[in-house]
Amino acid sequence: MIPFDFEYYKPDTVEEAHKLYTQLNLKGKKPIYYGGGTEFISMARMNNRYAGAVIDIKGIPECNVNKIEKGKLVMGSAVTLTKIAESNLFPLLGYISRRIADHTIQGKITLGGNLLGTIIYKETMLPLLLTECQLVIYGRDGNRIVNIIDIYDRGLNLNEGEVLVQITIDEKYLTLPYRHVKRTKLEKIDYPLITMAAIKDGDNISVAFSGLYQYPIRSLEVERLLNDSKLPKKKKVLQIVNNLGIEVLDDIGGSSEFRKFIMEDMLNQVIEKLQEVC
Amino acid sequence: MIEILEPSIVTLNVNGVDRKVTVKPSDTLLFTLRNELGLTGAKPGCENGDCGACTVLVDGWPIKSCLMLTVEALGKNILTVEGLKNTTIQKAFVENFSFQCGYCTSGFLMVCHALATVQPDANEAVIEEWLQSNICRCTGYEEIGNAIKSTLNQINTMQG
Repeated sequence: MIPFDFEYYKPDTVEEAHKLYTQLNLKGKKPIYYGGGTEFISMARMNNRYAGAVIDIKGIPECNVNKIEKGKLVMGSAVTLTKIAESNLFPLLGYISRRIADHTIQGKITLGGNLLGTIIYKETMLPLLLTECQLVIYGRDGNRIVNIIDIYDRGLNLNEGEVLVQITIDEKYLTLPYRHVKRTKLEKIDYPLITMAAIKDGDNISVAFSGLYQYPIRSLEVERLLNDSKLPKKKKVLQIVNNLGIEVLDDIGGSSEFRKFIMEDMLNQVIEKLQEVC
Repeated sequence: MIEILEPSIVTLNVNGVDRKVTVKPSDTLLFTLRNELGLTGAKPGCENGDCGACTVLVDGWPIKSCLMLTVEALGKNILTVEGLKNTTIQKAFVENFSFQCGYCTSGFLMVCHALATVQPDANEAVIEEWLQSNICRCTGYEEIGNAIKSTLNQINTMQG
């Protein structure tokens, strides 16, 4: 049971949603946009999250799109992980979605919820960082379209009241060779110790990680070393792992040393599996 | 736009019947089913989305009712274990001894029923993927697996 009351709104348009947010915020209602609600409900139950009003965006048609249009994959922020996995329009993202929480909950978690929640892993962010996707965000001045690279800094930095409407990915990325590895402490269904996603575009391998730091990361420095053809495999992997800095997570899930050990194995896999793909 | 700002009387379609019920926006579907509608088949376990004992079907898909607001279910078809009377999966659970203490049974029944309906050609990997959403502390997984497999076999035999 949720130990506090709130108001529930389900607008039909993104304009309505934003207007509501602005009005409710001015009234001090502490509104939130609501997608699948799994994180909000479980945290609210423990009094770790509060909202005086929830604005359910699942009734907004643009937020429910999941199709390829004009050379781009367009995914609404209210599309569930199940729909992403079942449609399989972007196999890497589908594969990652199938390993978040469990099958039943995947039918409730939305793409936007996973990207903008407070849980640090946000594994669906990895393919989005690798494909340098664009985000359609609705705010005070209407829609704005931004490259994820321009708005991502340890998380998606939206302005107060802005709604994430859609994510668009260039079709050319959807069929690139990829690799996804998720390692957990014990159970198959768990938060990751580390999740890695990689794609190969031409001769270039791009790689992103979740669980390594407090936020998902794609590091150009890691990729520079990974793609340096003059460095032998063992040396490049060691250089990457030894230069991860002091921010590597060190918690009850796994020590930083253990995470580095896992990452070493993952990088070896990426090099072996993707370098042999033409 | 739907607005529910305070406790309100709404209509929920549960097991094919429209039921009027008073809900607060913050009520979970699990709470409403059990405490307002008297449908106690969905069980409160972890209430955190981990155990699956509270699973019901919403428009044919399994949902953990502890992680759904009742107001999100407006206009949708809710199926609880009380609506599975005399179904193939119910018989299969009995015939395969697929329960011990019984607390997880209603959740497993709902997931298995959904799987048999949505994906009757499911292979071993798909069955495992779906059933991993639920936990049986008596560890009766083998028998539960046998029940869903026998149900899928029956469906596929009937379809020729």
